[in-house]
Amino acid sequence: MIVNFWVTLGIKMALVLGVMLVGALVSIFGELKISAHMQSRIGPYFAGGRWGWAQPLADGLKFIQKEEIIPDTVDVRVFKLAPYVVLMGTMAIYVVIPFGPDMVAGNLDLGVFYVLAISSISTVGVLMAGWSSGNKYSLMGGLRAAAQLIAYELPLVLAVVGVVILAGTLSLNGIVEAQAQWQWFGVTPEWLNVIPPYLILQAVGFAIFLTASLAELSRTPFDMPIAESELVMGYLTEYSGLRFTMFFLGEYAGMVALAAIASTLFLGGYWLPFVSDDLLNFIGPVVLITKIALLVFLFIWMRWTFPRLREDQLQQLAWRILIPVALANIVVTAVLKVVF
Amino acid sequence: MGELVVFVIFAPLALVGALTMVAARNPVHSAMGLLMTLFSVAVFYVSNNGHFIAAVQVIVYAGAIMTLFLFVIMLIGVDSAQDNQEVLPNQRPIAVALGLALLGLVLAAGSQGWVPRGTGSPVNGTIENVSDELFGAWILPFEVTSLLLIIASVGTIALAQFRPRAIAGDEADESAVDGELV
Repeated sequence: MIVNFWVTLGIKMALVLGVMLVGALVSIFGELKISAHMQSRIGPYFAGGRWGWAQPLADGLKFIQKEEIIPDTVDVRVFKLAPYVVLMGTMAIYVVIPFGPDMVAGNLDLGVFYVLAISSISTVGVLMAGWSSGNKYSLMGGLRAAAQLIAYELPLVLAVVGVVILAGTLSLNGIVEAQAQWQWFGVTPEWLNVIPPYLILQAVGFAIFLTASLAELSRTPFDMPIAESELVMGYLTEYSGLRFTMFFLGEYAGMVALAAIASTLFLGGYWLPFVSDDLLNFIGPVVLITKIALLVFLFIWMRWTFPRLREDQLQQLAWRILIPVALANIVVTAVLKVVF
Repeated sequence: MGELVVFVIFAPLALVGALTMVAARNPVHSAMGLLMTLFSVAVFYVSNNGHFIAAVQVIVYAGAIMTLFLFVIMLIGVDSAQDNQEVLPNQRPIAVALGLALLGLVLAAGSQGWVPRGTGSPVNGTIENVSDELFGAWILPFEVTSLLLIIASVGTIALAQFRPRAIAGDEADESAVDGELV
């Protein structure tokens, strides 16, 4: 029994790591190709033969081979630890993502709350990286990143609250099931739930969640922390070699993770109508991955469409628009939940 | 078995974090030590079935408060070479004496049974149980606490927003200054 526990734990950890790495590599490749298409380029073409599919792998190998440079002014211990902290915060999200009714590494009671809590660890890692680099651009980038992540964590949390009120549970599996059994005017016809209910009922929450996720990921239009025209590369400036790769992977893994959380909360996760639970364990991952792919495409699309905001515009958007709207959304949702 | 392994890994980490917090010369290192201790304690909560309190510990302390600490430390740019001159006279002997007194008090209180011993039954710290207690038996203290927090945050905003004119820099109009809010 004890051996079983450790073996299961090992397998789960390997699976989580594998899913995260593959997700990150595929979305890096997606970004390369989609951005190329949007700019009328071909993009990566040669690596791997067809479509240049091996480009992210080749990039990864290149980064690993590069020399890791640690400047003199760096606070070595903090500098070396920072990428691990960032990657850990992202990786821990993957533990609770349900890919099917039973296909989840850890089905926690407080799944959503855990996700929001553990992802805030990454903020500390970013601050560590910015401060320890001993470089004014890095410090500026780190401070901007921290201010941004603190500001946008609030709308992210508040947007989730609406879904939690409707579902009556914090567990991610429970939220998917609540969407599958949602009642429209007292009836529960499966075919009506082809469109996931929370996408409609929590449309405001969904929009806020997506906006706040973009900001949490520091992606354009919210990429002031690494604004290359002002701050070189922000808190990543002094990183090279393997540690830079970890930040890079962490960014894309975070994108996939937040897309997975958004599809679980608002798009019905692994749920597909007319399919029994046993079958969902096999089809569920495909369904969820399709939804994740759609959202990741949306993130990439936004990056190559919108210009970068200014720092004060960013803060105003968070504090003056997103948070009040999210609070109003909570009040309305709670009132409607009590009334109906 | 799993709990023992978790304890063996994270108890030393918590202690190292606490020692780093006290002993480190660099305030950022101190903050990171505190963060490590808080995180390790959160892990202990998990191994004792207190999942909710563990998540709260991480999101409030590790996420919000420590980020704020680090942010402020980095923003005001503390040098790693701090002035170590002690302001209070006889600070060290007094600190040692007070520490020993506290230790004696804690030991005395512990031996008197003032600290309730574990009942032996496992705690069920699921979110349902916590909310049942919080919004059932403890609803009044809970609401009073939230009122206190709101007062504090409104007070903070008021202090930052409305200043007497003299502080705001308008020195010419001193007749209308006293206590008046702009």
